[in-house]
Parts: sequence; C-alpha cells; structure tokens
Amino acid sequence: MTAVFLPQQGSTTIEPATTADSNPEHLAAAADKVANHHNSAIYIKVQMQDFSQQVLYQQLAATPYCGAVVTFTGLVRDHPELQLQALELEHYPGMTEKALQQIATEAAQRFELKAISIIHRVGLLTEREQIVFVGVASAHRSSAFAGAEFIMDYLKTRAPIWKKQHDSQGSAWVEAKASDTVQQQRWQP
Amino acid sequence: MIKILFFGALRERLQCANLSFELNSPCTVADVMAQLRQRSPLFADALLDANLLYALNQQLCDVQTQVQSGDEVAFFPPVTGG
Repeated sequence: MTAVFLPQQGSTTIEPATTADSNPEHLAAAADKVANHHNSAIYIKVQMQDFSQQVLYQQLAATPYCGAVVTFTGLVRDHPELQLQALELEHYPGMTEKALQQIATEAAQRFELKAISIIHRVGLLTEREQIVFVGVASAHRSSAFAGAEFIMDYLKTRAPIWKKQHDSQGSAWVEAKASDTVQQQRWQP
Repeated sequence: MIKILFFGALRERLQCANLSFELNSPCTVADVMAQLRQRSPLFADALLDANLLYALNQQLCDVQTQVQSGDEVAFFPPVTGG
C-alpha cells in the first residue's frame, strides 16, 4: 500500500491568498504579499507515517513566482554486513518543530525562498525507508539549491532528533559527526 | 517549580525522561545542572559530559542562561537527525 501524504489540521501550511475582489489596488497588494519572501509558505511536520514526494513536490511546484524546485530525501542507509533491524528516531515534541520552523524562516529570508516543506519521520524505520524530506521553491535554481542545502546542514546540527541503530551487533545511539558541524559552519558569515 | 527533560542516550543512561524540582531562584542552567548532579553518582557523572546541549523553553541556550520558576529546561546529547 502506498502511503498518501495529507496535510493535517493545525499544520503551518499557508495557502496563497485567493480572492474574488477585483479592486486593482487590493489585487496588487495581494500579489506583493505572495511575492514577498517574508510571506513564504512554510510547512513543517514531524510524523511517524511515510510521506509522498510526489504530493510534496506538486505543492511546491504550484508556488507563484517560482521557476525552481529543489528537493532532498534522506533514506535509511543499508548496511548489509550489519543486518540492520531498525533505526529508531526520537525527538523533542514541540522543540523539534520550532527548531525546523526557525531554520526554514532563516533560509526563506537568506535565499528568498517562496515555499519550504520539511517533513521528518520519527519512530522505528527499516532499511531504505524515507527519513526526511526538504523541498524548496524559488525564483531561480541557485537560491533553491543553496537554500535546500542550508536547511539540511542546519537540520543535522540544530534540530533535536536522535537516532538509535538496532543491528546484529546490538543497539547503539548514533554519534554526532564533526563533519556535519563543519558543513553547517560554512554558512556562517 | 521547573520542569527538566532528558533525551536520547542521556535519557536512557539516567533512566529518566523528566522530573521537576523547586528552584532556588534566580539561578542559571549551570546551577540547575549542579543541583541535578547531587541526586546520585549516575547523575553526577552523566551531566559532566562536555558535549551536552541545553535548551530553555525549547530554545538552545548556554550554561549562563537564567532560569525562572515555570521554565522548561532540557538536556540532551548532540543531535543526529536527518
């Protein structure tokens, strides 16, 4: 069965304004609002269930004033020699969502992104399963590529999520990598 | 009263996800850690880890950050999501 992604109530999705108002000033103001990066559509979700890249992509691709969509999907890497049984992901409910929202807001301003979707799964995952999705929509490709990479680099070092690996050798918490910190620090002025 | 939360390997090592205690205010995150270390040799040892991260009310902070009654303070290892 294919898991279908459905935005849920209480999510932070911002729909572009639609109006039957024909006042030209109001229409111009509405267009400015959509074009202004401070009104970027940001969607953040931490969830146990799988997600559909196709649905997420289609939402991003529908963003007004955008000529570029870049998406990244992180998977549970296979380790044939370790016989991975499961990857367990723990998060800090409330703070994880806030941290992702802050990262997305900073990326939106810095790279003029019009829409950002970040989905992170938690719970027990197995080999090849999807863990994380980061997708951004922007006017041009360079800011979309940079913005998506910025978000992933900050997510890996700032979002409170922890992995525990269960395999044929036992169970162990995954250690943070110094290389991830180096990746994140290159964005600092 | 302040609420204390532990996550990941630290939560598992302490066998404790959360607890709360009365605060001798005003104090800092460092003072909270000092008070936690007095609970047992296990807490004393686990909370000495120099790599631990701290959050006050769900925002990353440092040991000098001021804590007030009603606050939520979390301690956890470096993050490994993504």
